[in-house]
Amino acid sequence: MDNYVISVCQRYANDRTRLMDILLDIQRDLKGIEPAVMEHIAGQLGITRVEVEGMVTFYAFFSSKIKGDVVIRVCSDIIDRFAGGREIAKIFSEELGIAVGETSADGRFSLEQTPFLGMSDQVPAAMINEVIVTHLTAEKVRLICSRLKAGVDSGDLVQNTGDGNNSHPLILSEVSNNIRHAGEVLLCQVPADAGLNSALQRRPQALLDELEESGLTGRGGAGFPTGRKWRVAASTSAEQRYVICNADEGEPGTFKDRVLLTERADLMVEGMTIAAYAMGSTAGIIYLRAEYSYLRAYLESVLQTRREQGLLGKNISVKQGFDFDIRIQMGAGAYICGEESALISSCEGLRGEPKNRPPFPVESGYLGFPTVVDNVETFCCVARIMDRGGAWFGSFGTGRSTGTKLFSVSGDCASPGVYELPFGITVRELLERVDAPDAAAVQVSGPSGEMINMSQFERRLCLEDLPTGGSVMVFSLHRNILEIVDYYLEFFVEESCGYCTPCRVGNVFLKKRIEKVRKGLCEMEDLDYLKELGKTIAMTSRCGLGRTSPNPVLSTIRNFPLVYAVLLKEHGDGLQASFDIQSALEESRRLAKRRSMIYDPNYDEA
Amino acid sequence: MNKSFKFEIDGIEIEAQRGQSIMQAADDAGVYIPRLCDVEGLEPQGSCRVCVVKQNGRTVSACTQPAIEGSKVENETEEILGYRRDLVRMLYHEGNHLCPICEASGRCELQAMGYRLGITQATKYPYLQPVRPVDASHPDIVLDTNRCILCGRCIRASRDLDGKHVFEYVGRGIHKRVGVNGNMLADTNVELNDRAIDLAVCPVGCIIQKGRGFFAAIGERQFDKKPITLGVGPGKGSGKP
Repeated sequence: MDNYVISVCQRYANDRTRLMDILLDIQRDLKGIEPAVMEHIAGQLGITRVEVEGMVTFYAFFSSKIKGDVVIRVCSDIIDRFAGGREIAKIFSEELGIAVGETSADGRFSLEQTPFLGMSDQVPAAMINEVIVTHLTAEKVRLICSRLKAGVDSGDLVQNTGDGNNSHPLILSEVSNNIRHAGEVLLCQVPADAGLNSALQRRPQALLDELEESGLTGRGGAGFPTGRKWRVAASTSAEQRYVICNADEGEPGTFKDRVLLTERADLMVEGMTIAAYAMGSTAGIIYLRAEYSYLRAYLESVLQTRREQGLLGKNISVKQGFDFDIRIQMGAGAYICGEESALISSCEGLRGEPKNRPPFPVESGYLGFPTVVDNVETFCCVARIMDRGGAWFGSFGTGRSTGTKLFSVSGDCASPGVYELPFGITVRELLERVDAPDAAAVQVSGPSGEMINMSQFERRLCLEDLPTGGSVMVFSLHRNILEIVDYYLEFFVEESCGYCTPCRVGNVFLKKRIEKVRKGLCEMEDLDYLKELGKTIAMTSRCGLGRTSPNPVLSTIRNFPLVYAVLLKEHGDGLQASFDIQSALEESRRLAKRRSMIYDPNYDEA
Repeated sequence: MNKSFKFEIDGIEIEAQRGQSIMQAADDAGVYIPRLCDVEGLEPQGSCRVCVVKQNGRTVSACTQPAIEGSKVENETEEILGYRRDLVRMLYHEGNHLCPICEASGRCELQAMGYRLGITQATKYPYLQPVRPVDASHPDIVLDTNRCILCGRCIRASRDLDGKHVFEYVGRGIHKRVGVNGNMLADTNVELNDRAIDLAVCPVGCIIQKGRGFFAAIGERQFDKKPITLGVGPGKGSGKP
C-alpha cells in the first residue's frame, strides 16, 4: 500500500498542485481514499492529512469510503426524472439489492445519483464506471444488471455505438450526437487547420484585432467579449501565460460541448493554439468534466496526433520559437468548477472554490500567471474566425451577439438535440424547429437562467434579451412548475461550494420554503419571504453560482404567479397553516413520557 | 507608487493608500464596517459576506475589494443593513447558538453583531440544528463545531501564523465544516499557546480553552459593556478579548 501511494505521487513528481490527478488515480485503483491513504499522500506531498481530506470530501467522484468495483450513477436531473429516471434508479436498486447511496456487501456494486450527466437529449441516462448508458428502460436496466452480475466488464456493456465519432475505436459509446441543425460556422464541414495556418502568418496583435472585429463573446453563458479578455492577458508582463479550455459543461440541460468534443476536437485545439500564439503562452489545459471521462482517450489521441503532425509541441508549424502543448485535467464531479476561478483552483489541486477577484484570472490565474479560460465552443469559433474573418463571423447574429450559437434543446419536444442557429432567433422559432407544440414553459440557460412563460416566446435568444450558454429546456402544460423549482434548488444546495454564507445557507432556506409552498402550507407573506431571501442571496453571494441560484424561484414568481397563487391560502383564524400543534408537541410528549393535558383530547384515557 | 487617493463611504471622504482594500482604508480612517471572517493579521477571505458594501452600485465584500479612487461606497444604508441582518440570521440558524448557555456569551462576535444589527428576537428562518459530536479529546482545548460559523480564522491562523495547518475546511455546501488534521483534536499537534487557539481568533464559542471557562463573569465581558465596533472586537486596534 505504501509503495503504491508513493508510486502514484511520484507519477506526478510529488507535486501538490497535481493532487486532483493523484486522487483520481487512487480513487480509480482503490475504489476509495481512506484516512490512512490520505495520511500517506499527505506525507508524500508534504501537506497535512486534513488538506487531502478537504479535497476528497469536496468532489462528488471521490469517496473516503471504499466503493464497489462498479459504480452506477443514475442521472437525477429533472429532464431525466420526467422521462422516468426515478423508476430507473428504483430498478437498479431492486436488481442490485442496494439502495441509492449504498455499496453491496460483496463490494461489487455501488449505486448513486448524479445531478447532471449531459445527456438530456437521450434520457434517462446513467454512468457505469466511465461508460454512459442512455435511453434507459426497465428492460434495458434489467439486462445491464444481469450482465454486470454475470461479470461482464462495464466497458463491454455498449452494444450499439452512436453516430459519428461516438463509434470511434477510442470512444465506442452509445451516446448520440443528435445534431438536428448544422449552421454555417461550427457544425458545417470545416477545413482542417485553416484558421491556425492563417493565424500563424499574422502578427499576434492582428489576431486580437480580428477577434475584436468579430464581436465574439464567451459561449459559456457569461457573454464577455473574448477579444477584450485576451488583450488584457496579452498585455500583462509575465514569464508565462496559460490557455485553459473549460470543458466542464455542467449547467443542467447543456450538452453541446459534448458534441463539439466528439466531432470538433481538432477545431477546439486549433482555437487554443491560436490563443497561445496570440497571447504568448506555451502551456494549455483542457478541463474535462468527470462525466465525460469516456471521451478522454480520444481527446488524448487527438493531442498526440497533432504533436506528431507538428501542430503541438516545439516550433509549431515550423514557426521558430512558437511552442505550445496541452494537458487534460479531469474533473471529479463539481458543478462549481465550471466557474473559471473555481476551475483554476481545481487545476491547482485545490478544493474547487472560486477565488477572490480582483485579481482576475487574466491578470493572475493558474499558479499566479495570467490565464485565459474559455468555453469549448468559444475556441471553436476562434479557429473559424481566423479562417473566415471577423467580418464574416459578425454577419451572423445580432448587434451585441454575433455569430451562431449551439443550442442544446431537451424536454417536452419531438426532436431534442443540438441546433446551431444565429443568435437572435426567437424562442418560438426554436420551439417550432424542435417540434414542441405543447410547450408551456421554457427554462433558458439552465436553472441559473430564466423560466419563461408562453407570452414570452417572442423573446430573442441573445445577450440583448435572453442570454444563454446554450441550455434550452422545454416543459409542457402537464409539468409541475414548482416541482421543477424545487428540484433546481436541490441542485444548488447540492452544488454550492459552501464558501460564502448566503449561497451555503440561504439556498437551504429557499428550498425549505418552496417545499412548504408545494404542500399548501403557505400564505401571501411567504412570497415576500422568498423574494427578500432570494434578493439577499443574489446580491451578497461571492460568485456567479450564488448570485444566480435564486433564479428558479424569482423567475417563476415573476413569470408564473398563478402557480404560486393557487397554493397560497389566507387563514381566517390568524394561525399559520404550517404550524401543527400536535407535531410540535410530539418531542415533548416523548421526553416527558406523558400526554398534554390541554392539547390531547384523549388525555384521560392515557 | 505609494500614492494616496480619496473615495467616499456614506458621503464621508476617506483617504486610502494604493493597494488597500475598502476595509483597510475604512479602518485607517476610523470608519467601522461590520465583519466576522475578517480579522487583522490574517489574509482576508471574503466568506461571511457581513462586510458587504456597495461600491459604485455593485455589492462587494469590503475586506477583499480594493478601494477605487473617486468611488462611492454605501456602508450603513437600510438596504445594506438588511442584507447584513439576513446574513447574520443565516449564521445563527445554521448552527446552534444558545447564548445563555454558551461560554462565549458576551465576548462572542456573532452575538455582538446580532445586537448591533438589532436582531433581538426569534427570526424568520428555520433552525438547521446540527448534531455534531463535540471534540473534547485534547487536554486543553474543546472544539464544538455546532457553534462554528465557518469564518476560517482558526484555519488561517494555524496555517499562516503557527505554520501547522491543524484545521481545514472539509465537505461541501451545507455540509462544509472545519475538520482537524486527524481523527480528533488530540491526534494533532495543536497546543494551547498556538495563535489559532487565541481567544481573539475564534469569534464564537466553537474553540474553547479548557480550564478558562467563564474567566470573566457574564455581564462583565467586552461586548456586555460596549457594542462591537472599531477597536472593540477584531480589526484595527483590536482589544479582544
